[in-house]
Amino acid sequence: MQMPDPDQSILARQEEIALHLGTIVAGEGVVTSSRELRVYESDGLTAYRQPPLLAVLPETTQQVSEILAYCQTEGIKVVPRGSGTSLSGGALPLADGILLCMGKFNRVLEVDYDNRCAVVQPGVTNLGITKAVEQDGFYYAPDPSSQIACSIGGNVAENAGGVHCLKYGLTTNNLLGIEMVLIDGTILRFGGKHLDSPGYDLLGLMTGSEGLLGVVTEVTVRILPKPETARALLLGFPSSEQAGDCVAAIISEGIIPGGMEMMDKPAIEAAEAFVQAGYPLDVEALLIVELDGPQAEVDYLIERVSVISGNCGAQTSRTSQNEEERQLFWAGRKAAFPAIGRLSPDYYCMDGTIPRNKLPYVLKRMREMSTDYGLRVANVFHAGDGNLHPLIMYDANNPGELEKAEDFGSDILRLCVEVGGVLTGEHGVGVEKRDLMSEMFTEIDLKQQLRVKCAFDSKALLNPGKVFPELHRCAELGRMHIHKGKVPFPDIPRF
Amino acid sequence: MNSLKPENAQQLEDAVKWALSSGTTLEVLGSGSKRALGRSIDCACQLDLSGLQGITLYEPAELVLSARAGTPLQEIQETLQAENQYLAFEPLDYGPLLRGQSDTGTLGGMVASNLSGPRRLKAGAARDHFLGFSAVSGRGETFKSGGRVVKNVTGYDLMKLLAGSFGTLAVMSDVTFKVLPAPPEEKSYLLYGLSDAEASRAMILALNSACEVSSVAHIPSPTARTLQGCVGDKSVTVFRMEGHAPSVQYRLERLEHLLEAYGKGSITAPAESKALWGCLRDATPFQGDEGNSGSVWRVSVSPAQGGRYVEALKLDPEEYYFYDWGGGLIWLSLKGGDNAVRVRAPLEKISGHASLVRAPVDAPDREIATQPLGVGEHLLFQRIKQNFDPDGILNPGRLYGDL
Ligand SMILES: Cc1cc2nc3c(=O)[nH]c(=O)nc-3n(C[C@H](O)[C@H](O)[C@H](O)COP(=O)(O)OP(=O)(O)OC[C@H]3O[C@@H](n4cnc5c(N)ncnc54)[C@H](O)[C@@H]3O)c2cc1C
Repeated sequence: MQMPDPDQSILARQEEIALHLGTIVAGEGVVTSSRELRVYESDGLTAYRQPPLLAVLPETTQQVSEILAYCQTEGIKVVPRGSGTSLSGGALPLADGILLCMGKFNRVLEVDYDNRCAVVQPGVTNLGITKAVEQDGFYYAPDPSSQIACSIGGNVAENAGGVHCLKYGLTTNNLLGIEMVLIDGTILRFGGKHLDSPGYDLLGLMTGSEGLLGVVTEVTVRILPKPETARALLLGFPSSEQAGDCVAAIISEGIIPGGMEMMDKPAIEAAEAFVQAGYPLDVEALLIVELDGPQAEVDYLIERVSVISGNCGAQTSRTSQNEEERQLFWAGRKAAFPAIGRLSPDYYCMDGTIPRNKLPYVLKRMREMSTDYGLRVANVFHAGDGNLHPLIMYDANNPGELEKAEDFGSDILRLCVEVGGVLTGEHGVGVEKRDLMSEMFTEIDLKQQLRVKCAFDSKALLNPGKVFPELHRCAELGRMHIHKGKVPFPDIPRF
Repeated sequence: MNSLKPENAQQLEDAVKWALSSGTTLEVLGSGSKRALGRSIDCACQLDLSGLQGITLYEPAELVLSARAGTPLQEIQETLQAENQYLAFEPLDYGPLLRGQSDTGTLGGMVASNLSGPRRLKAGAARDHFLGFSAVSGRGETFKSGGRVVKNVTGYDLMKLLAGSFGTLAVMSDVTFKVLPAPPEEKSYLLYGLSDAEASRAMILALNSACEVSSVAHIPSPTARTLQGCVGDKSVTVFRMEGHAPSVQYRLERLEHLLEAYGKGSITAPAESKALWGCLRDATPFQGDEGNSGSVWRVSVSPAQGGRYVEALKLDPEEYYFYDWGGGLIWLSLKGGDNAVRVRAPLEKISGHASLVRAPVDAPDREIATQPLGVGEHLLFQRIKQNFDPDGILNPGRLYGDL
């Protein structure tokens, strides 16, 4: 992975830039010492490290606007950062770019129960929103596993998902409005407390744009009344095919569970060794199916799913009888990453999505690759929506093994695309999958996406080097290749 | 020649390339069912997409359907119904309002206008279920975005940009949607005689409970009179419950209990519930001849402020309204065709936007049918348009005068 060459003239101006930014954010708002900058040198994808030119920590939208306008005028690159938990290197700093840290935007501004929404600053953590409303029986639905740490601004930028997305949707389906700042300093608002917007849906476009289009400075999210109850089933299968069939059968019966997670044998073993959740060890695949909602519905559907799973050949089946047991079923799944971390000095978490019925084939191919690369792999899987998280185990201290893990990962993602899936389901492209974009998109597709970028940030100063394998100048992208009067009348039906 | 009708994606690209080269503006049409909706435009040539037909992929167990953009929505809905599935966002049928009879148009037209019905509240709009597309930009280039899986953050979400773009950025040839199992049971709970303010409290109470109502509407008395199943002159507040039968039964009981203070209501049979929500979805109370001199608007506001909004309008006795989306969507039937300023004035204080649905052909309202934007946002819209359709050949003026 190569980042663009740093601009030496900017590097030479660090002191002057820091001084100017200091006039915008008074006090402790600018960080320049290399010791302190080390904290920011990577995000959740720790294989890549790069301290920024400097870090700036604004507190108000006005300050963000002034910082960005200054950077635009001076041609300085900007990388926005929330909590730095991105697993795709989205918040990886640039040597010649300032890191715009949104951590001081940490207030819940308003909770409006009558309109079932909360207005928060982008640095509030995902869980922080639920914490602010749970005493009144509400919650914020998208629940990434990183929810204690990750910021809602980062969730907007990555369109984060979680185990409950099958039923409740991703970040994009749970937003009502944002305030954001363009690189030229313009402050804009999209949406509000109402639904939908006139014309182009820029709230939707901003969601998942990985910090390349603007900086989010306020977020209005939908909050939901907590379901009356939730119960889970723990189902073990002799093969991943049968587990996959069971998922399809549940959905075909018209049942959309709150969560439906699958683990393969290596993941089950690792999780069980770590948290002793009582997972069966003699199965090839484990399904956790959670039903939530009104008591009567949950009891009824638990019964039906239990019957369906029996028909699909489940060899073990347990139903949670109380909240404690439900939590225990989840404990192993939730601890899957650290559990793998115990088995291997390092692991690399992938994030492709596939059409669900391709799962057995993809798992088989993955086992073959694992043998070829000589690296172990464990799988956790958001089974309901086909989002796969293979965890590749490696040891960075063995020369060449990180590269091998990366190659293995790339092969898995190519496989996902080959079977009709995509490179990333929820972690984002970032720097990690940047160079694989052409596996999924043609040059024309990518250029059209870059033109969207041009509409927002024509000098490509916001988070450059992320998402797109190649940068093109907007002037070049704007050039037309069809010339006046040169195309003959098409030979198609006319009236 | 004033209409081109491509029969495949390649012909579509050829048509746009020719238009670009010859400087011909194109009016992009599915079946033309929504031509009377919003701003009207005057183009040199029509690009008729009804020749791009057919479902290309439908895997019920995977909850996904792809089809050519010109496929009639009705065909899609029938195909889904055969598998007990549906488009959860419940696209409304503008036919009754715009042409006096049902006409749901094409799948592409549905996406381009981001349709949704009463279930919008719980299930989202077309945009929320739109997974991928292939389209020809105003540059005459075929490009794609998204895919056929629900979880996908690979690149910008251009589906959101095209949903609701009214054909001004690119012409879609193929679209992919997330579909869902249709609820096996539907019933509604009806409360009679509530004032707007009481209804607003009752709707909030219901929506903030764990009863999982999927739609809530309030129809004040003069408007209610035209609805089937309503009693006399009384206003009616409708709560829709959908899902598995034991759950619907249980939740209805809970809801009845929760809303005890608002009087004793009645429970409809499934068929009546479906019919009633069909009428509300398509605003059939506002269908009919009187509309020919008047106009119909859809206003989206923060739900708890719906009542305040309506009060601020100071309606005439012959002007009508009702609330959907728990108070967040207000359908208005107003006198005359010059209401844009009046309809939008309260939105200075209440978060929301107003779109014109129908007005007489030469009414001033038709010029500003789409909610005007702030300066910064408008400039950004222009830059986006410029980057998709630099020569402005696709539906110029459909959204705003210069877009
Ligand atoms: C253990 C672990 C588990 C995880 N589980 C999940 C999971 O289940 N589901 C999931 O979706 N993700 C998961 N993630 C990934 C990560 O937590 C999410 O992508 C999260 O949304 C990132 O939020 P953040 O605040 O940490 O953003 P950062 O990492 O700081 O930044 C992420 C991207 O957002 C941009 N950005 C941040 N703030 C803003 C802003 N205010 N305006 C504009 N751009 C901004 C950055 O430039 C960067 O491109 C996991 C990560 C870890 C470490």
